[in-house]
Amino acid sequence: MITVKNLHKKFGQLHILKGIDLEISQGEVVVVIGPSGSGKSTFLRCLNRLEEPTEGEITFEGKSITARGHNINQTREKMGMVFQQFNLFPHKSVIDNITLAPIRVKKMEKARAVSLAVELLRTVGLEDKLNAYPSQLSGGQKQRIAIARALAMEPHVMLFDEPTSALDPEMVGEVLDVMKKLADKGMTMVIVTHEMGFAREVGDRIIFMDQGQIVEQGTPQEVFGAPKHQRTQDFLSKVL
Amino acid sequence: MEFFTIFWEYRSYFFTGLQYTLLLAALGVLFGFILGLIITLLRMAPWGILRFIGHAWVEFLRGTPMLVQLFIIHYGFANAFDLNFSPIQSGAITLSINSSAYLAEIFRAGIQGVDRGQGEAARSLGMTRGMSMRFIIIPQAIKSVLPAIGNEFVTIIKESSIVSFIGITELMFQSGAVVGITYNGMTPYLIVAVMYFILTFTLSRILGLFERKLKASDHR
Repeated sequence: MITVKNLHKKFGQLHILKGIDLEISQGEVVVVIGPSGSGKSTFLRCLNRLEEPTEGEITFEGKSITARGHNINQTREKMGMVFQQFNLFPHKSVIDNITLAPIRVKKMEKARAVSLAVELLRTVGLEDKLNAYPSQLSGGQKQRIAIARALAMEPHVMLFDEPTSALDPEMVGEVLDVMKKLADKGMTMVIVTHEMGFAREVGDRIIFMDQGQIVEQGTPQEVFGAPKHQRTQDFLSKVL
Repeated sequence: MEFFTIFWEYRSYFFTGLQYTLLLAALGVLFGFILGLIITLLRMAPWGILRFIGHAWVEFLRGTPMLVQLFIIHYGFANAFDLNFSPIQSGAITLSINSSAYLAEIFRAGIQGVDRGQGEAARSLGMTRGMSMRFIIIPQAIKSVLPAIGNEFVTIIKESSIVSFIGITELMFQSGAVVGITYNGMTPYLIVAVMYFILTFTLSRILGLFERKLKASDHR
């Protein structure tokens, strides 16, 4: 579904991504782990070109999204993204946060967008927050709304950029539960996270990144149970 | 006592002046706001030439006296290009373009103050740059710079007195006329000072109310 070939990203002199190759299939849950500064967030943000790749090619559903003249907006409609800092729109109510893009971008009828939003709010357990504003919500609630907002575009893949890193510990569970439900429904997901327990439980494949490269990848049993590389072993011994 | 007798005797002068001052200020605010927004967008355009035009516009208008700008538009254009604006037209144009430069700077500060993540979230949902600006960035930016916009509106009311130089019968011009008739060199000026003050004070109160109302919708 997504193919990444020789992806490089440089910020001036800084070489953040040094040649990433990866293939992600339909329905797969790929979890990217690694130390801070390893380039995992940058990698994720290259997938929908919030960061412009310096070199390399990314194809999504058979089309190159890094080609000249490619309309990235149309691709982004099919790639939902959830951010560490939630990034809900503070001047809009929960329902408007969720329906804005479907109505404006997909030209969905308002009534249909609203009923879809209500349904999504039910799946994230927040149907009573329809008319609330983001500032009235807890961190965990905000992130669940952000997930609902991304799902309202009916994306084919969901990208999660450290979705629980800005949360108080007691709110991490409620967000991970929603993500797990989504994975169980067969959503293709790429998740950057520090939640190793969650990675092991939900991930189909674990990618360990360090210094801008994929060091090791495999099933959770392989990577967590018997890491092959020294760097993976060092990292896991620190975080587990 | 003199204050009130002169005011009452020449009230038609003062009210004519008030009408023109309000008209000019309203036009200056309206077109300055729209033009300021356009200039701000130019300054953030993807093409260098547009950014340069926006930048030059702001620097030139902020770096030259408004009186000079007024004379260029009213007398200069008439002489050089045969563009004959009526005094009201020249006054409104000058106030609009002058305030557009200051408002553009205010808008720019507001837009830069909006968290980067807001635009990223909008774009990640498939919104174009334009949609992200219109629905997400600009509404938040304007809210955060509302006090500064209010100050600029107050400034426009006061600066509109400059157009008396080209013979528009607004408040400042009319006070001079009353001075000429009464040979009283103080009171008519005091009268218009009070009138300007009532205008600006009322405006800043209204803006304060408006601001509080917007804050209430934040539920913070």
